[in-house]
Amino acid sequence: MKNITDIQNEIIENFELFDGDMESILFYLMDLGKKLPAMPEAHKTEDFIVKGCQSKVWVYPSFMDGKVIFEADSNTEITKGLVSLLVQVWSNQTPDEILNSELFFIEKIGMSRMIGSQRSNGFNNMIKQIKLYALAYNSKNN
Amino acid sequence: MAQKLDITSIRNQFPILHQEVNGKPLIYFDNAATTQKPQAVIDALVKYYSHDNANIHRAAHTLAARSTDMFEDTRKTIQAFINAKEVEECIFTKGVTESINLVAQTWGRKFLVAGDEVIITTMEHHSNIVPWQMICEEKGAILKVIPINEAGELLMEEYEKLLSSKTKIVACVWVSNALGTINPVKEIITKAHAVGAKVLLDGAQACSHLEVDVQDLDCDFLTISGHKLYGPTGVGVLYGKRELLEAMPPYQGGGEMIKEVSFEKTTYNEIPYKFEAGTPNIGDVIAFKYALDFINEIGKENIATHENELLKHCVDGLLAINQSVKTLHATSPQQQPINLIGTAKQKVSVQSFVINGMHHFDAGMMLDAKGIAVRTGHHCTQPLMSYLGVDGTIRASFSVYNTLEEVDVFLEAVKKLIKR
Repeated sequence: MKNITDIQNEIIENFELFDGDMESILFYLMDLGKKLPAMPEAHKTEDFIVKGCQSKVWVYPSFMDGKVIFEADSNTEITKGLVSLLVQVWSNQTPDEILNSELFFIEKIGMSRMIGSQRSNGFNNMIKQIKLYALAYNSKNN
Repeated sequence: MAQKLDITSIRNQFPILHQEVNGKPLIYFDNAATTQKPQAVIDALVKYYSHDNANIHRAAHTLAARSTDMFEDTRKTIQAFINAKEVEECIFTKGVTESINLVAQTWGRKFLVAGDEVIITTMEHHSNIVPWQMICEEKGAILKVIPINEAGELLMEEYEKLLSSKTKIVACVWVSNALGTINPVKEIITKAHAVGAKVLLDGAQACSHLEVDVQDLDCDFLTISGHKLYGPTGVGVLYGKRELLEAMPPYQGGGEMIKEVSFEKTTYNEIPYKFEAGTPNIGDVIAFKYALDFINEIGKENIATHENELLKHCVDGLLAINQSVKTLHATSPQQQPINLIGTAKQKVSVQSFVINGMHHFDAGMMLDAKGIAVRTGHHCTQPLMSYLGVDGTIRASFSVYNTLEEVDVFLEAVKKLIKR
């Protein structure tokens, strides 16, 4: 399994191919969203909705063999693409790895241009939510 | 007779339009949210703070006299703009929201009693719903809502059924921000007056497109936002008939609104100052005059003719997209790619629509990537969206500086979203 740093570097390389062309980046994000494994409808409950996002976003955690698995979905394609990046980086990692990781890819791919400050709160909430889940599994483990 | 406008020279007065967004020339179709500002307005702001800044109305010095004169000049200009009988009937506020809250909290607090009824419409902006809900709750008054048809037009026969001797005020949007519908306000006012009710018109969207004559309309209150009229943000107007404004208690206490203050008793100033507590937004009010001058110079009729041409081109183009897809795939109307939201016969240059199978948020982002600024979401009209069965729309709203060529670029971009 690749580590969190390697995954982030790969994401940065992929985004560099678009040379900042916003339209291509958005199409790419929507494609990434489509590639997310389908999230069972039963997991899309109020409990797993990320608060403070303009669109609906669900993140559902589970714990298997010492690793946290994240499922995610959104009712908008671009947001789904954005949350898929977090899943790509953090799913299938141990709670410790998640909690100790720094998300450097966000700035490098120019996320602020994609979502603006209006929506960055929502994105930060996704990050917080995922870290909270990792923290919960970590405390349970110890 | 409307004159053909020189749009290039109009565009040249708006420096903001001459830029690229995401590497593409900016196409600004979010004019119902706020219009851009002509150079004359920007220059007026700079000149005020560079040469004339002083607090108004009280000091004996030259700068104060100058700024007071300019501030009051705007009041005279707005009086003429809406044809108010008296200049004192025009009160400066922060915008429509504050104007409506002012009426709800002063007129409403004094004159509404338990069991009274306040009528609004299904297509109100939240700013003409919530202030009335608040005062109705406080007073035990009842909020009634005029329903609409699928095109987004008021059901006038239902309105008549709602009217009774219990109706104390009808607070009604003149032009819907989400749908563009022009409501038959003259008829609404006549019918309300027949049962002794007052009428407040939310003129946020109307005043940049339509001729305004408050005496002819006979409305009791009219609310205006400067920033939707090419003026600065943070400036608005409340027009009210003199006898109503005089009967209303002050809105806020402070400087300017008083005649005399002692610790035992305060007497209040005359209108309009009674409602203008504290140092007003002097610089923006002064610059607002230049926005009104800009509109007056071009002429409302000429502006409306151009904007209606843009709207027609846009609607025809969106329908043509549906038609081309229908020809290709023989789809039913329910499956057509675009649903127009707001198809009233009387409209201003606003078109809402949804793209089936695509969230409005995604559409807005994709259009932005092409440099096209549209509004997406519920447009602060959640009850209307819920009535229409959508959680939001894409809204393109056109202004005098927009061009047919821009509409073509927009239509191409929408077509591309559908074919992706």
